[in-house]
This record gives sequence, C-alpha cells and structure tokens, in this order.
Amino acid sequence: MSTADNTAQNAELPSDLVQTFRDMAAHEHHARGASIEALRLVQERFGWISDAHLAQTAQVLGMTPADLDGIATYFNLLFRKPVGKNVIMLCDSVSCWLMGQEQTRDRLCKKLQIKMGETTSDGEFTLLPIVCLGHCDHAPAMLIGKELYGPVRPEDIDAIIDDVRSKNHDHA
Amino acid sequence: MTTPNPEKQPLTALVNREAPLDPAQYEARGGWRGIRRALTMSPDEVIEEVKNSKLRGRGGAGFNTGLKWSFVPKEPAKDRLKYVVANGDEMEPGTFKDRILVEGNPLQLIEGMMITGHAIQADHGIIFLRGEYHLGLERLQKAVIQAREAGWLGKNIQGSGFDFDIHVHPSGGRYICGEETALITALEGRRANPRSKPPFPQVGGLWGAPTVVNNIETFSNVPPILANGNDWYLGLSNCEDGGTKLYGVSGRAKNPGVFELPLGTSLGVILNEYAGGMQDGYKLRAFLPGGASTAFLGAEHENILMDYPSPEKAGSRLGTGLAILLDDRTCPIGMLKNLEHFFAQESCGWCTPCRDGLPWVERLLNVIEDGKGTQEDIDRLHDAARMIGPMGRTFCAHAPGAIAPLSSGLTLFAEDFQRHIRQQRCTFSQGRSAEQAA
Repeated sequence: MSTADNTAQNAELPSDLVQTFRDMAAHEHHARGASIEALRLVQERFGWISDAHLAQTAQVLGMTPADLDGIATYFNLLFRKPVGKNVIMLCDSVSCWLMGQEQTRDRLCKKLQIKMGETTSDGEFTLLPIVCLGHCDHAPAMLIGKELYGPVRPEDIDAIIDDVRSKNHDHA
Repeated sequence: MTTPNPEKQPLTALVNREAPLDPAQYEARGGWRGIRRALTMSPDEVIEEVKNSKLRGRGGAGFNTGLKWSFVPKEPAKDRLKYVVANGDEMEPGTFKDRILVEGNPLQLIEGMMITGHAIQADHGIIFLRGEYHLGLERLQKAVIQAREAGWLGKNIQGSGFDFDIHVHPSGGRYICGEETALITALEGRRANPRSKPPFPQVGGLWGAPTVVNNIETFSNVPPILANGNDWYLGLSNCEDGGTKLYGVSGRAKNPGVFELPLGTSLGVILNEYAGGMQDGYKLRAFLPGGASTAFLGAEHENILMDYPSPEKAGSRLGTGLAILLDDRTCPIGMLKNLEHFFAQESCGWCTPCRDGLPWVERLLNVIEDGKGTQEDIDRLHDAARMIGPMGRTFCAHAPGAIAPLSSGLTLFAEDFQRHIRQQRCTFSQGRSAEQAA
C-alpha cells in the first residue's frame, strides 16, 4: 500500500468518473467485470491509483477494497504508487535483449540517474521494464507514455530524453 | 515492399499503417463481402465452410477453427447468452503480428468476429487488446464506432435481422492473459488465473456462457474465406492446411519484419528472401520458430517448412510463426536466462511447479552464466525441466512453454554449458550485461 501524501489522491473521485463506472458496470454481466477498465480510468486521470480512489471505486462496483486491490496489484500496467510525469517502459524481452537492450538500458539509467523501477528526483520520469512491446523488428524498443520508439541505440538516448523533457516544459 | 495482392495476401492487402480504411472505403476495396455472404447462409453452413477451409488457430495452438466453433451449443442468441472474444493480448516475446492488423485494418477483424457471431449465434463480441498498444486501441475503438454508425454493428445489421455489437477491452497487462481461460477470468474482473478444463470455454466460458476465443489473426482470415470460398483459401497455402500466415523474424537479420506468405513457406525463404538474411558478420546458430515458448531448432533446420506438422516433427512448434534468431556471437545461456526470467516473472502463481520452479531455473542459469556453476547445477536444470515441463502438471501451458526452450537448449547448447563450467566464465561478449562485461 502506498503511503504517499498527495491531496488530490485523497480527495473524492470526481462525479463524472463515478457515473462512468456506474454506466460501465450496468453494461456488464456483473459489475466487477468493469473493474480493470475502471482502474485504468482512475490512473489515466491521476497518474496512479491511491488507496482512497481504490476504495471508492470498489464501492461503486460492489467489491471490497481488498478484492479490488488484488486486481490492481496483479496487472503490470496498474500503478499503486505515484509515478513520474512520463513513464518509460523499456522492453527487456528476448528480441530486444538479442539486439543490445542491456546497453540501451545502462545508458538510459545513466542519463536519468536512476535504476530500473525508480523515478527521477524531479518527478519527470519513471523507468520500468516491460514485457515484449510487439516491436521486435525495431529492437531494442521502448514506450514513453503512448509514444513507441525503436530501434533505440545507446547513442539515441540523450536526444530522446532531452526532447521529451523540453516538450514537458513547453506544456507546463 | 510491393503492393500486397488481395488474391494472394488477404490479411495484409487492405492494411494501411498510416490511416486504416473507413467502412465505406473498406467496402469499395472488397470489404463486407464475407459477412454479406455469411448472412445468406445458415450458422451451420458457415461453420462447415470454415471447417473445410482448414483454417487453424493462429494464436499458437493451431486447432481447427470451424471445429472449435462447432462445439458451441446451438441455441439462438435470444435464448442463450454467448460471447465471441478476440484474443489480442500478444505479449509473447518475439511475436509482433497482430499489432499490424489492429493498427492497419481493424474492420477486417470486426467483420471476422461478426461472421463468427452469426456462426455460433452470439450477439456479444469483445476485443481483448493488450494495454500497451495505444495506437491499436485508439484505432479499434474508432473502427467500432464507425462500423456502428454505418450500420455494420448493433441491431438488425444492414436490415438482415442479425444483431451483433463489440466492446473493446484494454488489458491491465499480464502475459498469462493470452491463455484463453485466463483471458476470460480477466474479463470477469478478476486476477487472470487460468482455469482447469473441462468445461471448455465453448461450453462454459465468460460468466459461464459459451464463449469462442480466437486470435486476432485467426478472425482476420474469416472474411476472405467467406468472400472467396474454400478452394481459393486452400489454394493459397503450400501445405495441407489452408491460407497464408503472417511470418516474421527478429534478431540479427538485416531486415527483420513481418511478411504475409503462403502457409508452409520455409524459414530459409522467410529469412533470406524477405528478411534480407543474417547481418554481416553473424551466422544463424539456432532459432525459436514461433515465439519464446517454442523449443529451439538448430541452424541445420533452416529450411524447415513453417507449417503445423514440420516444426513438430523436428521437436518444436509453429507457435505464432514468428521466429527469433540466435546468432553465433550471442551466448545461448544468456538467451535462455533472458527467456526464463520472463517466464518466471510472468507466472501467475496459481500452480506450484510454475510459481516455484521457474525462479529456481532462472537462478541456476544465472549462476552458470556468471561462471560459478557446477555440473550439479546442469543436472538440476535437467531435473527441473523433467518435473515442470510435462503437460498436465499445471492448469495451463505456461510452464510447459517455459520449459520448451530450456530442454531443447540443454541438449543443443550442451557444449556451451560445459565450457561455462570448465572455464568458469562466459566466453561471449554479448550474453552478459554490460556491467558484468566491463
């Protein structure tokens, strides 16, 4: 369970999301069928799934928080801890490994000054390993937010990260 | 690449990676002919047509698709809830074929699901897509809305009396969701653990209702079969099973990619004529013919036919038909270590041999690759393979799939294992992480 202190994450779920969950649940054979998609929507809005939001979502879907937490912690793409503004998912599966993924990974860690699984101190990037991104003909591959990259050679890292950083600042 | 020919490449002919066709454009290019014809036929006639086309499931198991559909109880949709589910999980390392279909021509998948809906008399369709395919998800959702607006989904489709609608479900991300019973469990909003069979999903699937789960490539084959008939479809293939196949290679090929070719094309042709051969300075040493969960075949099998029986005869499987190449400069034990790390991490934990056995296998491979292994560690790997590998010791095929590259690798790369033990180090530059090599 996360102990992160974040006011927005402790607040009530917005009423439009609650209504969306009710609509989704009504279309399912049982309300719990909407649970994974509901958690994805919470995360899309807030970046991660806080205890407070998990508990409220569970209530709308007629589940216990522990039951829903069992689902939230099972899936790779659902985050129960805060993540950076940009989540980088670096494929560590075999086709990328064969094409030098470890060198790309090391360069990425050095550039961001973090290890796999960590978030940069400025909160801009979280770096995670991911199972095969289905971009094996462009290995090594990575995903930053919704943007797919590949092949990513170590020497490409600086430009890619600098570019994402500058876009972040433009939007800020 | 030349423009794909719809007569020879029905899966990719209408694929447009920049902007997929809308329903009207799709129709102008020959789309919707399959569902139109299917709706003039009885459900049993459609099943018979697909059965006779010898379309085998393209997700890896290779079961006859029409036969699978025939196991569904015959009641009409108004009397019994049934589901048609597209498996677009595609998390098998080395497999990257369904992405092209969902991103480039989602309407053909939708049409294939509609035909299946008519065949098994279901009115509910669900597309289960892996959550990392953001572009695919966006395009599929748009295609579903467009198809609905154009009267191709919803109630009384094109005035035929047939009702069918589709919901797109983005996954939360777990490899096991590609296993059909685990996928069903995930759709029920639970941890995606597989279920023991029977009951098979065709009889008791999603929410206990009859459910047909097929791979996205499988569904995408169905419209051209209905539009053009069995004889045409059987004629596309170089072997006794029907159709074309999305083949591909990854690893040290000059031009890795995915190519639609007759089922039964040899790996040598795919690699050398389409993927440009091996990169300069690299030789093919071995390959996994159909993704991470298939057994290694040595380079002497380079000209093997990529149909269903040939890889099986050689001790492996066609799997998803996308070969992963091991070159002569990469450590095979490093590759096995990467594969077993993946399988250990993605074990859902439901069955003990898989949950406890695979991390053990990974640890043993780590020790050997780090140059600290002994003969006893190799013996233990053989024991683990014997204990975890056989079908039936776990609910699903994750563990047997994980053991397939290991068992074959222990034999094929026996000399490399011995050399690691003798020299107490890895002798390859690629095969250890950069930190270790430094």
